[in-house]
Amino acid sequence: MAVLRDVWTTFLGFLQVLGAMCMFFGRLVRYTPQVVFKRFSLVVYQVYNAGALSLVVIMISGLFVGGVLGLLAYSSLERFNAEDTTGIFAGLGLVKGIGPVFTALLFAGRAGTALTSEIGLMKATDQLSAMEMMAVDPMRYVAVPRFLGGVVAMPLLTAIFTSIGLLGSHLVAVEQFGVDVGSYWQQMQNIMDMDDVYEGITKSVVFGVVASLVAVWEGYNSAPTAAGVGRATTRTVVVTSIAVLFFNYMITAIYI
Amino acid sequence: MLRALLEPLAVPHRRLFNTWSRNLPDNLIELRDVDFSRGNRTIFRNLSLTIERGDVTAIMGPSGTGKTTLLQLITRQLTPDRGQVLVDGVDVATLSQAELYRLRQRFGVLFQNGALLTDMSVFENVAFPIREHTRLPDSLIRHVVLTKLHAVGLRGAAELMPAQLSGGMARRVALARAIAMDPDILLYDEPFVGLDPISMGVIVKLVGQISDALDITSVVVSHDVHDVSAVADYCYVIADGGVAAAGTPAELKAESTELVNQFMHGLPDGPVAFHYDAPDYREQLLGAEKD
Repeated sequence: MAVLRDVWTTFLGFLQVLGAMCMFFGRLVRYTPQVVFKRFSLVVYQVYNAGALSLVVIMISGLFVGGVLGLLAYSSLERFNAEDTTGIFAGLGLVKGIGPVFTALLFAGRAGTALTSEIGLMKATDQLSAMEMMAVDPMRYVAVPRFLGGVVAMPLLTAIFTSIGLLGSHLVAVEQFGVDVGSYWQQMQNIMDMDDVYEGITKSVVFGVVASLVAVWEGYNSAPTAAGVGRATTRTVVVTSIAVLFFNYMITAIYI
Repeated sequence: MLRALLEPLAVPHRRLFNTWSRNLPDNLIELRDVDFSRGNRTIFRNLSLTIERGDVTAIMGPSGTGKTTLLQLITRQLTPDRGQVLVDGVDVATLSQAELYRLRQRFGVLFQNGALLTDMSVFENVAFPIREHTRLPDSLIRHVVLTKLHAVGLRGAAELMPAQLSGGMARRVALARAIAMDPDILLYDEPFVGLDPISMGVIVKLVGQISDALDITSVVVSHDVHDVSAVADYCYVIADGGVAAAGTPAELKAESTELVNQFMHGLPDGPVAFHYDAPDYREQLLGAEKD
């Protein structure tokens, strides 16, 4: 009985947080037009902060993930003498699923944690309160630009990750194992259509919203202590990872 | 001319000048029958006090009596469970966010830790409220910022980052930022905590000078009796959820109430206990041994 009560209490707590998060998201969306028109430079800076500064980790990871995908696809397809179709598997895998998911997970680890800890520390050192006392709304000045920065950066990072991944796969399949370069790219072009690309774009946008929302929310609601900021940063990675995998499944199911 | 004539009078001249010249009520801030609790802990019960226009008013009291909470109620960072907080006759609890932000533009707040924006230089910190609320050209903003920094003696530190400042310097930069918009009301939250004697002396001097020069109503929250007394026109001692005593610094020093006497003279024994509520010491120690 006590276990059931605990489960119920936890479930109610989860619903409470989810509701509060939805309201927070509503405020972010409501303030977005105002921030875009009045504080465009802040948004641009946050795109740079979340996007450009994540480029190195995204590119290196993309190269290795693409390489592994090329290896696995080649070694599996070789058994059926179908190694010429390696490009299809690498392309479909990277564009539809692995590209957006890996980018979102890397984003959560690099930019998401940075956003959470930055906002959390601003809160812990009274900087958000100071802004409020200067009649500057921290939602508009701090939260919305960072949220938009993440939302804009994610599809761009996904495109870069996927492109580098395809290059990595090409290097392994074509340069290392000698798959015909024409077959590699032609097969990919023949099989893939725009729906596959749209699926990837949809995922990257949704993941961008989810990852940025979680990062900003956790920072904004962290306890104003060193341990509180640390816990919020950890939660950012955990919650974003689970949410991204959940939405990945949902969007894949919708597109099939 | 009128100011010069009023100067020798014992009553703070700013209050008289303001009241006569602008026909404004004397009370700029008023708390009426305020109750406030955090969880099960009552912070204020039926608290009423007034802060007069143009005065430097000190809010003093032992640690944990709700002095900072009082400032947060005035600025509506917190709302009372019961009662009213009036600023210029307006109940702050009834204001919309836009109205509240318009009111807050009249406030300058000096936080206990300075609360400087850490990714901006000293110059940009002071310029921040001006850039946000005015459309002044950069050249004019530069003049205003340098003037404010000069007032706190840190014009030369304009290009430094907050991490490069000492505690006292950070507090002075925060003060320059607080007066950047020429506020009507300056709220100081423990401005003297953790400062060396020189920095403390400078801040004490600045509080008085700024209040006089800019004709600002100041509220100083502190438990530093000696330094607050040097600048305050009027003091409140807060304890046990309400006002334990009120008066000029001289009146409070002469106050015979046990609590006020203990606080004003820093006596170890009195109604304010040094130890937090705890079980009997002997029983607790011996009980642990038995276990």
